[in-house]
Amino acid sequence: MTRVLIVGAGPAGIRAAEVLVAAGLRPVVVDEGARAGGQIYRRPTDGFKRPPRTLYGSEAGKAVQLHETFDGFVCDGQVDYHPRCSVLGLQDGVAQVLGPDGVFAVPYDRLILAPGATDRLAPVPGWQMAGVFSLGAAQIALKSQGVALGRQIVLAGSGPLLTLVASQLISAGATVAAVLDTAPWGAQIRGGFDMALARPGVTLRGLRLRAGLGRRYRAGVTLTGIEGDGTSPAAVTWRDTRGRAHRTACDTVALGWHLRAETALADLAGAEFAWSDIWAQWLPRTDAAGRAQDGVYLAGDGMSILGADGAEIAGRLAARACLADLGHHVDVAAQNRDLGRKRRMGRFAKGIATAFPWPAEMVRALPEDAILCRCEGITAGDLRRTLTLSGPEVNRAKSLSRVGMGRCQGRYCQIAGAEVTAAQVGCGPATVGRLRAQPPVRPAPLGVIAAAADKPE
Amino acid sequence: MSHSVTPEEGRVQRLAETDRPTLAFTFEGRAMAGLEGDTVLTAVLAAATHLRNAEFGPERRAGFCLMGACQDCWLWQENGPRLRACSTLLQEGMRLRAAPPDSWPAP
Repeated sequence: MTRVLIVGAGPAGIRAAEVLVAAGLRPVVVDEGARAGGQIYRRPTDGFKRPPRTLYGSEAGKAVQLHETFDGFVCDGQVDYHPRCSVLGLQDGVAQVLGPDGVFAVPYDRLILAPGATDRLAPVPGWQMAGVFSLGAAQIALKSQGVALGRQIVLAGSGPLLTLVASQLISAGATVAAVLDTAPWGAQIRGGFDMALARPGVTLRGLRLRAGLGRRYRAGVTLTGIEGDGTSPAAVTWRDTRGRAHRTACDTVALGWHLRAETALADLAGAEFAWSDIWAQWLPRTDAAGRAQDGVYLAGDGMSILGADGAEIAGRLAARACLADLGHHVDVAAQNRDLGRKRRMGRFAKGIATAFPWPAEMVRALPEDAILCRCEGITAGDLRRTLTLSGPEVNRAKSLSRVGMGRCQGRYCQIAGAEVTAAQVGCGPATVGRLRAQPPVRPAPLGVIAAAADKPE
Repeated sequence: MSHSVTPEEGRVQRLAETDRPTLAFTFEGRAMAGLEGDTVLTAVLAAATHLRNAEFGPERRAGFCLMGACQDCWLWQENGPRLRACSTLLQEGMRLRAAPPDSWPAP
């Protein structure tokens, strides 16, 4: 039987698995989560009791349906499921996978990558201290652990998650001191119009959540710093649209500017990349169904940032493309319906990108002593000084400055690093290159790699 | 008004799911108790303000992404292997450290 490997068990990976199972295949599914669902439909540990409506709000029905679909496949042995496992690298049709018991090899004929996304981060002076988290972290802590990451929280950044996390924390009883959005009203109105045309119901729900934030919410903010003693934040400093300085006391900060596609494995699998002006990041190139290379298919936010509903559609599209390429009969009408749905998600996503833009000017103006790379404490000034030696190319700048070489492997600094690099030579980030992914794409203990290498074939 | 975090109460605030059995563990030699189903990160930060010192700066660290991508929350165990606090479930009797064992050579 054809061996199909699906990486990721979020909405895209689960729907891809569903299509393959229906066609009689038994895909291998490798996922980092302890339970399938991904991030937005992340499940608590076994034994937790909050009902889905509390955890997922208006999306509870979708979350439960996805979880039950996948649990059914696992229960019936229709998928070969490996939770708590990370793909470290891909070469010659073999994935090296790190699990709780060591490294193992998964050979495959076809590969569907649905690794999702991380928060997209812009550095704010002081963001390296304990008590500053990503927005996604604040949501994960609440959903999967039932905790708030602090007692007086400032949420800052931009994007749909900013409003969503704020309203989820408030509903759960946390104290949210302020919700500081760097997106100006003008951009939000322009983008919001396209969002409302593509998906009026979803847009309206977002507006309702936003209204619930009341005076905590401020638009068009410029973040100037996070004050604190290094053990904990004490305040966020910011300027409003008229340039007036403000200081909001807090003990915890969560930052995020929408999402950054997780593309390391697509890179290792040989996908080509193109700069996306809409998303202000490099994204893998695929056809409309998600074909990237021969036998390699992409789906979900790791392909293009369409959100959870878009990920379900993209997962089905990629799996049907895979089946068609294998010579299976494919329901063409269903594929065409999903292609139409995906276009609508694309229009909505473009509206989101317009409404909540990457704060390029704020990043370009980072003070010299602001930490750019959290992993190794490298400042914006360190990077700028490196550029006279390395030239304005991100891979060379990484070699000399180590921005992008720390243990997050550039996931949280590369977009800002490219922006600072581009600013130095007066161009846009698209022209300073793309940081190449390097295996292993997750840290792995040398001992388990050595043990795997010693194992007789 | 600023609410400063004190070591006695820890950083994270439990909002739900608090009727779980407790699990005893130690962090930096201090006896602590977490709840069954806690990640190591949740359990430590329920009683402490941070996880460890930064290697490349004067500040402390307490995790960042909570989804296994940033690698900010690695902790040591007294018996050897390191663990990623955000994606490891707390187990009864864990003995956790913020830094490598004392027997290791200083950097």
